[in-house]
Amino acid sequence: MNKKMNIMDRIADSAKSVTTGVDAKDIEHWVTIYVMGRAYEVPADLTILTAMEFAGYKFVRGVGCRQGFCGACSTIYRKKGDYKLQTGMACQTRVEDGMYLVQIPFVPAEKAIYDISKESYDVNAILKHYPEIARCVSCNTCTKACPQDLEVMDYVQAALKGDFKKAAEESFDCIQCGLCAARCPSELVQYHIAQLARRMYGRYEFPEPDYLKKRVKEIDMGKFNKEMEKIMKASKKELVKLYAERERESD
Amino acid sequence: MAEMKLIGGYPEYMRKSIKKVEETRMKRKDYTPPAFTPEEQKEVLQLHPDFAPGGKRKLSIGPNKGDVGPIEVLDLLEAYPLIEEKDVNLSNIDFSTEILIIGGGLAGTTAAIWANESGVKTKDILLTNKLRHGDANSIMAEGGTQAADRPNDSLFRHYLDTIGGGHYANKPDVLNALVNDAPFIIQWLLKLGAIIDREENGDFVEKWGGGTSVRRLHSCRDYTGLEEFRVIRDEFRNREIPCIEHYPTVELLTNGKGRVTGAVLWNIETGEYKIVKSKATILATGGFGRLHIRGFPTTNHYGATCDGVVLAYHVGAKLRDIDTVQYHPTGAAYPIQIVGYLLTEKLRSSGAQPVNKDGEAFVFPLEPRDVEASSFIKECYVKEKGITTPTGLRGIWLDTPLIEIKNGDGYIDKAFPGMRRMYNRFDIDIRKDPVLVFPTLHYQNGGVETDPWGKTSVEGLWVAGEVSGGVHGKNRLMGNSTLDTMVFGRRAGISTAEYVKNNNTTLKLTLEHTKKYIKQLKDAGIKTDRRAPILLPDYRGKAVLARMIDVFQ
Repeated sequence: MNKKMNIMDRIADSAKSVTTGVDAKDIEHWVTIYVMGRAYEVPADLTILTAMEFAGYKFVRGVGCRQGFCGACSTIYRKKGDYKLQTGMACQTRVEDGMYLVQIPFVPAEKAIYDISKESYDVNAILKHYPEIARCVSCNTCTKACPQDLEVMDYVQAALKGDFKKAAEESFDCIQCGLCAARCPSELVQYHIAQLARRMYGRYEFPEPDYLKKRVKEIDMGKFNKEMEKIMKASKKELVKLYAERERESD
Repeated sequence: MAEMKLIGGYPEYMRKSIKKVEETRMKRKDYTPPAFTPEEQKEVLQLHPDFAPGGKRKLSIGPNKGDVGPIEVLDLLEAYPLIEEKDVNLSNIDFSTEILIIGGGLAGTTAAIWANESGVKTKDILLTNKLRHGDANSIMAEGGTQAADRPNDSLFRHYLDTIGGGHYANKPDVLNALVNDAPFIIQWLLKLGAIIDREENGDFVEKWGGGTSVRRLHSCRDYTGLEEFRVIRDEFRNREIPCIEHYPTVELLTNGKGRVTGAVLWNIETGEYKIVKSKATILATGGFGRLHIRGFPTTNHYGATCDGVVLAYHVGAKLRDIDTVQYHPTGAAYPIQIVGYLLTEKLRSSGAQPVNKDGEAFVFPLEPRDVEASSFIKECYVKEKGITTPTGLRGIWLDTPLIEIKNGDGYIDKAFPGMRRMYNRFDIDIRKDPVLVFPTLHYQNGGVETDPWGKTSVEGLWVAGEVSGGVHGKNRLMGNSTLDTMVFGRRAGISTAEYVKNNNTTLKLTLEHTKKYIKQLKDAGIKTDRRAPILLPDYRGKAVLARMIDVFQ
């Protein structure tokens, strides 16, 4: 690195591989991956997503947040000499030598249509909208497929019993990638079932805190209007003073 | 050469520094460095990428001519449009709608629901997405949503915290709308069935955010945006509002006299264009993290390429506060696979402390984001007290094990499952070891100027969410962005619904504004191949690009 560079240039230089793509000349360790059967030599440090970009793919599908939250880059793969079919998010899974893979960026799945305010808070809501849930054979394939390592079968069983608490809590970290539904031999759509269970639990299990109700009502009645009109007109000098004098709530 | 040996995810030399962090941990447990004085804040901000020399220039065309902004943004504003009138047939209309919403994150989806709620029929709304419905920064928001609902809190305090954090540049009427609607939005989320963290007694768990004077942050574990978005999208789908995916907008349409009347969409897979006619158009396209301003990594999703600001500027909308960029203090700096990714501020509000390579706490953990980020840059590049990663990045430690020392065993699994999972994938246990962090490009503070209802200076055009400018001034506070998307998504939905009801003029579709824009570029002497919006960043390997040929054209 050039010692004469200013701080900003030094920071930019150090992050180059992340911001502009990896340069082959900086790479020491390589692995071979097979994208839908075709071999590519790629840097060993990359994820499946960045390795495919290195290999020349410009994604217009099968990519979203790139950080494991959106579920757009579902991928299935096998490793050399291994019978096991594995799943992962392309953005969160590091490449391994001999990995052969394909992305499954879309799962055809039926979502039930309902009005959450009109559902009865019991197991019938689940059975009515997703009757196929009764077909679950408890094979646990969904759990094995989940890239978030959720206990998918357990939350499906909980939903089937009307245990909304367990279904909601166990499924809470679901990114709705659809891999469970793609693998399910009973053709369930686990992630949509979980969505209904969570909304039911969130809406019917937790009453609104009284202080929230009270505040919304106060706002509706215009209780703060005067105070707010005053501060909206405050000069910068007045605001600076008020800001500096703010009392901080104790920890 | 063999790959570097890692112990619990870290190479041996980094382990030595972690040892020092461990040695000072119990001493730091009850010690927090004092917050900066205003003078100290000002001094350290000189190291912020917004204020450090270089990186900016003056805009030479349009309503904001003369304003200073980041070079990466100005390069897109001073670029030629993707299409001209000769490229498309505007008389063949594919979709005729009352309200067109461009961008399906929290803001756009909320707008659609509230337009429908305000009386617009579902068939008269169209939500379009560049990628999938939900490929947005919204879904990645971790920390929480601010709302002044507790008895010791007030709209006044929320306003004051936000405008102080925003360096007093926030637009007062728009900011007032933000704080005013916040409790209502939390109530709406509960009605939709969102699961917000609760105390045993049913109260919300409310956390600190950087720059707040009261605990005001409502969270859903560390998946706040995901939970909010999931329920809102589910509600949207239940209403069966038309939605199309993988159709970025390449240009807006106008009536030739300054009113927006539709858009040209482009099928990102087949290349076919579609023409939309609309009475009202809402831009909810998000921000610009993928421009990698000043060469920083980013927390943003793949499609965050400033499209909305570019499209709005083409039709003559006024921008504001485009000179400031938010760098989140705690982006991951190691391992290389997750560099730039967001580590929520809630880690610090739950007790994690920033610590240098010698195990010293050097800054108050909850300064406003720009100040906190600057102090990390100072520690790494001025004081030389950062840790350098095997790939040459520098960072400081965020001492996450302190969270469980302060809150009890099991707290991290409960409150930060997303973080735990992400680091587990790289064999790092954040309950036992600190994580390495450095500022990362996070948020577009400014954008298209609006009134409190999301209305821009151009007739027929609204904005909501990150694409807008004014509400956050020159620096956004934590927990105000998810709030912004829902408050102004809702307001834009209501406001457009009202507008279309009383508006029955015949709409002409033209690309006159692109002609004018091109003329302005030429008059300003801008000679360039650049075209915008860019739609997606490009990370393809350079060796491959050098050998690429297109034989289908």
